[in-house]
Amino acid sequence: MSQREKTWWIVGGILIVLYALFPIAWIVSLSFKASADIANQSFLPTSVTWENYATILTGSASGLFLPALRNSFGICLIATFISCVLSMFAAYAIARLDFPGKRLILSTALGVAIFPVISIVTPLFNLWRQVGLYDTWPGLIIPYLSLTLPISIWTMSAFFREIPWEMEQAAQVDGATTWQAFRKVIVPLAAPGVFTTAIIAFFIAWNDFAYGISLTSTEASRPVPAALGLFSGASQFEDPTGAIAAAAVVVTIPVVVLVLLFQRRIVAGLTNGAVKG
Amino acid sequence: MASIEMRNIVKQYGDGYPAVNDVSLDIADGEFMILVGPSGCGKSTLLRMIVGLEDITSGDMLIGGKRVNDLAPRDRNLSMVFQNYALYPHMTVYENIAFPLRLAKMPDDEVRRRVTEASDVLELKDHLERKPANLSGGQRQRVAMGRAIVRQAEAFLFDEPLSNLDAKLRGQMRTEISRLQRRLGITTVYVTHDQTEAMTLGDRVCVLRKGKIQQVASPRELYEQPVNLFVAGFIGSPPMNFLPASLDGDRLQTPFGPITLDERRAAAVRGRDLLLVGIRPEYFEDASLVDEAKRPLGSVFRARVDVTEWLGDSQYAYIPYEAPEAIRNQLRELSRELDAEELRTQAIVSIDATSRIREGREADFWLDARKVHVFDPQTGENLTRDAEAGARLTQMATEDRVEQVQEAQAQGTTVGGGATRAGAA
Repeated sequence: MSQREKTWWIVGGILIVLYALFPIAWIVSLSFKASADIANQSFLPTSVTWENYATILTGSASGLFLPALRNSFGICLIATFISCVLSMFAAYAIARLDFPGKRLILSTALGVAIFPVISIVTPLFNLWRQVGLYDTWPGLIIPYLSLTLPISIWTMSAFFREIPWEMEQAAQVDGATTWQAFRKVIVPLAAPGVFTTAIIAFFIAWNDFAYGISLTSTEASRPVPAALGLFSGASQFEDPTGAIAAAAVVVTIPVVVLVLLFQRRIVAGLTNGAVKG
Repeated sequence: MASIEMRNIVKQYGDGYPAVNDVSLDIADGEFMILVGPSGCGKSTLLRMIVGLEDITSGDMLIGGKRVNDLAPRDRNLSMVFQNYALYPHMTVYENIAFPLRLAKMPDDEVRRRVTEASDVLELKDHLERKPANLSGGQRQRVAMGRAIVRQAEAFLFDEPLSNLDAKLRGQMRTEISRLQRRLGITTVYVTHDQTEAMTLGDRVCVLRKGKIQQVASPRELYEQPVNLFVAGFIGSPPMNFLPASLDGDRLQTPFGPITLDERRAAAVRGRDLLLVGIRPEYFEDASLVDEAKRPLGSVFRARVDVTEWLGDSQYAYIPYEAPEAIRNQLRELSRELDAEELRTQAIVSIDATSRIREGREADFWLDARKVHVFDPQTGENLTRDAEAGARLTQMATEDRVEQVQEAQAQGTTVGGGATRAGAA
């Protein structure tokens, strides 16, 4: 690559990163602005204030925000865990076994994934009310599974396909049962895939708004994205912009922490050295 | 340790293609058997059927006299070295070798003793705490062997274990495997497409072609008394030369002059018209360098040399010849089947390294007629095969093997399981 080309790549890269990060920077900046300062017509706050964070964590909005945060964490973690375990077995079967209807399962999973959420919400709302799942944790976990499972199965089966068949066969020849081979050889090798899948599944559940706003009504199960929409200003003539921005920042933090934590676990190349080098 | 017997083994895939077709093979206890053939001949499939990774369509597989067709791999107590080693990348070398013992729920100190012994034999002592990713190809190969020898398996199975190593290491590991097998005295089945490995390692070699056994014999018998054109062309490097010939009394008319056959061979080919003569490169010599005493045993012909290759210890000359269209197609077909692509009909001739024969010149060559074989071009059958002489060669190899095993084990002193004995040696 010539020097000139390299420069262009760097300039282009910086532009894209700036473009992508600008809204986030804006939200962060907004969250530090006092309510009178929001329309100050400049990017940075005139004076940095923690007022908005106080509002959502201890102030008037905390009654709405804190239970929502707890709900979001609980519901998303449980949904992620269940979808990881289920998709691990499903993906293993899809990657390893030859059974009729394999393609059907994969394409159905894809079909479910592209099915618009908004079209299921209303019937689900009625159904949930009748069976008593409305405004409960399971009432959100179940629809979240429908969002996370297809993508989990797809990514995980891609990871399982990468693991050489011989690994497992070697284990079987060494005296392992199918289950032992799966648990002692395949699962450790698939760990990066499992973590990647878990993070993706968690994000999907964490970001959901449509189910969250439609299938809940109280802090018993309302997740953060829905709660954000219900924030109100100090008076009815005031927008809760600052509080929403602060809440958005708080909600983003776990996602960033998660990615940083597992970045090391998502390293590719764990299978290096398994086969000829 | 156990014998392995195969009775009419067939492997048919879903599309009806028989990858292995009616194979019957007896492998004696402690024998080193090689399965060899060009790619796609079914040798790996056969090995995987022995170990249980591949279902057997029909036929019986007996290990130690017990039918194992329906046993899972783990119940067959065999150990296998895979082509790509299949080491567990998340475990250390120690844990890799210990894996079969851990699965057998062996106590920790016994595991340590055995792994230490196995790693001593394979010189892996310094690497026990490393991960496979940090090892060289040869070390990985040894770890895979360690995992195989650490428990007392009924037999060792090798699936092209050296094909991923470079040539020098391959030679070292080859002798290492041979020594190990003799010392442990364990029945071994070894799949390869490399004929050096086949010739040097095996007590007996089984040549497969399109899922069918062509010949099972000692390397010497395969080389000197091949049963057909395929085996003759497959065994030996550079390969045997096949010349078209027509019968003229007791003499064969070939592009390289007439060849006189002895009484036995003449009788075998009598009454036929078009034939193929198989002559190994070393049956030729630069005529000017042949002993006067030896000269009458063969014939001398004059030919133009196309290319010579001088290798220091030996020298090869390439001599083009004309062949009828039918024969040429047949030879091309054969070479394609042997994973080679022969573009022209030429003979490869081994001559003394000191020979002054030069490229592009005409020269006199001497041809030793005593060991040539004559093949039927249609069926490929070797018409002049001396079955008795062949059987004698294989018998000799069997006796050699018994002797070698006794000697190796006498040096190994202690008795007991495979790894124990290996460790003591």
